[in-house]
Amino acid sequence: MEILIYGTINSVALALYALGFAMVYGVSRLPNFAHGALYVLSGFITWSFLNSLGLNYLISILLAMLATGLIGALIYQFVLIRVRGMEISEIMASYAIGLAILEGLRWGGFKGMTYTLPAFISGSTEIAGIPVDYQRLLVVGIGIAVVGLLWLFTRYTRIGLALRGMAQDERAAMMLGIDSDLMAVTAMGFGSMLAALAAVLLLPLGNIVVESGYNILILAIAVCIVGGLGSWMGAVLAAFLIGFAQILTVVYLGSHFQMVVALAAIILTLIIKPSGLFGRQKELEERV
Amino acid sequence: MTLPSEQERKERIDRGIKIRSDSIYAMMSHRELSYLTLPRLILIVGMLMIPLVIPSMYWQRVFTISCIYALLAISFDFLAHYVGLVSLGGAFFVGTGGYLAAIANTSLGLPPWLTVPLATLVGGGLCTLLLLPCLPLRGVYFAIVSLMYPLFLARVIEALDILGGTDGIMGIDSFPNHWVEQYFIICILLLILFGARRLVNMDIGLVLRGVKDNDQAIRASGISVTFYKSVAVFIASAMGCLSGACLVHIYMWSGISQFALDFSIIPIAATVIGGGGTLVGPLLGCLILVPISELLRDFGTLRIVFYALILVAFIIFRSEGIMVYGQRKYHQFERWIKY
Repeated sequence: MEILIYGTINSVALALYALGFAMVYGVSRLPNFAHGALYVLSGFITWSFLNSLGLNYLISILLAMLATGLIGALIYQFVLIRVRGMEISEIMASYAIGLAILEGLRWGGFKGMTYTLPAFISGSTEIAGIPVDYQRLLVVGIGIAVVGLLWLFTRYTRIGLALRGMAQDERAAMMLGIDSDLMAVTAMGFGSMLAALAAVLLLPLGNIVVESGYNILILAIAVCIVGGLGSWMGAVLAAFLIGFAQILTVVYLGSHFQMVVALAAIILTLIIKPSGLFGRQKELEERV
Repeated sequence: MTLPSEQERKERIDRGIKIRSDSIYAMMSHRELSYLTLPRLILIVGMLMIPLVIPSMYWQRVFTISCIYALLAISFDFLAHYVGLVSLGGAFFVGTGGYLAAIANTSLGLPPWLTVPLATLVGGGLCTLLLLPCLPLRGVYFAIVSLMYPLFLARVIEALDILGGTDGIMGIDSFPNHWVEQYFIICILLLILFGARRLVNMDIGLVLRGVKDNDQAIRASGISVTFYKSVAVFIASAMGCLSGACLVHIYMWSGISQFALDFSIIPIAATVIGGGGTLVGPLLGCLILVPISELLRDFGTLRIVFYALILVAFIIFRSEGIMVYGQRKYHQFERWIKY
């Protein structure tokens, strides 16, 4: 029972980490290695709004999400768009930007255990005899809501449909008058906002630390690779797979193995089936 | 862009001396001969002179470390631009070589002049074996999987608490003295640099470049793509393991930090800055980047910000790199001509 509850919470958290990454990759084929940095950055932005400017918590969260979305869009518009399509330059440029953000934050003094965000609702309850705090329940609730809203968004709004069109066939989308660059910027903006959303939901569970940026990136990549790069619903399913696998290893082997599971999942998936469990097979694009 | 009323364009033409020295006519005169040999001589003599010119022990050590990074960068450049395998896992090679040398030295009691070649060959084989299943992968998939290998190994060592766990292996022998250490690494570096240049121009280099440009054509010619890729990976990972083994003997310590991202990122940054596909460029890039990052050590993590931004700027504005630019200026001249 414990495994079931905490596995679900962990899986939803993983899905939240990964959705932004999956969205950006799906639309513009950009492996956004700055994803973890944006996640940490939005945590610090929220903290600054809350404590330095003294704004309301809800307002500072919304502002931080908007700011992170804007930062992501600007990064794409001014840097990454120039290396579009050159896969390795994309990886290196986005990774370097992420590195600059994270190490810049560390240099700016944002380190140590002093930075925490308050929980939305404090206190805890018991489900079947297992204590669970409200924040974690909220994570599950909002996480499921976000996945649902995203599903509706990509099917019933113009922008969502355009993004999906880009993800499926860029050239055909361009022929239908969809501005491919604009959509890529939009996707990066939304992806960064999703990272920020994940940050404000999950950071109250612990401290804001710079190092977590690297782990978030690895977890997001693990989920996306196992689910199939570019497949959003695959990412959600893979999040549950990896989430439960992680909780099981923590229970039976020890907490050291949590990241090993994620990394092993990436390596094994890429070796056995590079397009992931739920991705469409593109044999010739990915292997000889 | 507005053009002047009298339309002109820039034309780029090979220098006459380049064309003459391309073939046997290079033997014609001292001018052509020196046109060919001077840049190479400057490199060799310069590299051999630098340790004598640098006054302090500290900067000599920095230069040695730069050379080790340069080995890694050359291995990255070779794999990325001549075989088409972009390996973001330089740290994987360093870590494997380093740990092998450390084990051979502490457990078997072998001296450095045996552990280094041993770690190079065994490490190269081991890395190739481990990477063998991922060799068919292309592009971004291979890049991601190679980035994950060192992280994975580091976490495994940490989790299982083997090979010294988080403390690493201590008490490794150093080289006899720092002159031996420096000149050993410089000579190896120069040998590998010119050897790699030779290799990519031989028949096998042709096949490797074919693998990069069109692997289906290579396959259709009845050549095993995976075999040639694994040969290339063996060569590159042996270079990486060699640098790892040297590093371990310099620091007299081997630990998980050898799997750290530094060893993957700095060589790539150096290759981008120095100019990919030239093999000399990465060396130049390392000689620029590593001392700069040493100079900025006082600023703490700001130096990482600094070189990350340099990297981004080079990728976007000067993706050809210093060496390609330099070679173009050396071999060609430009002039404005009317349409």
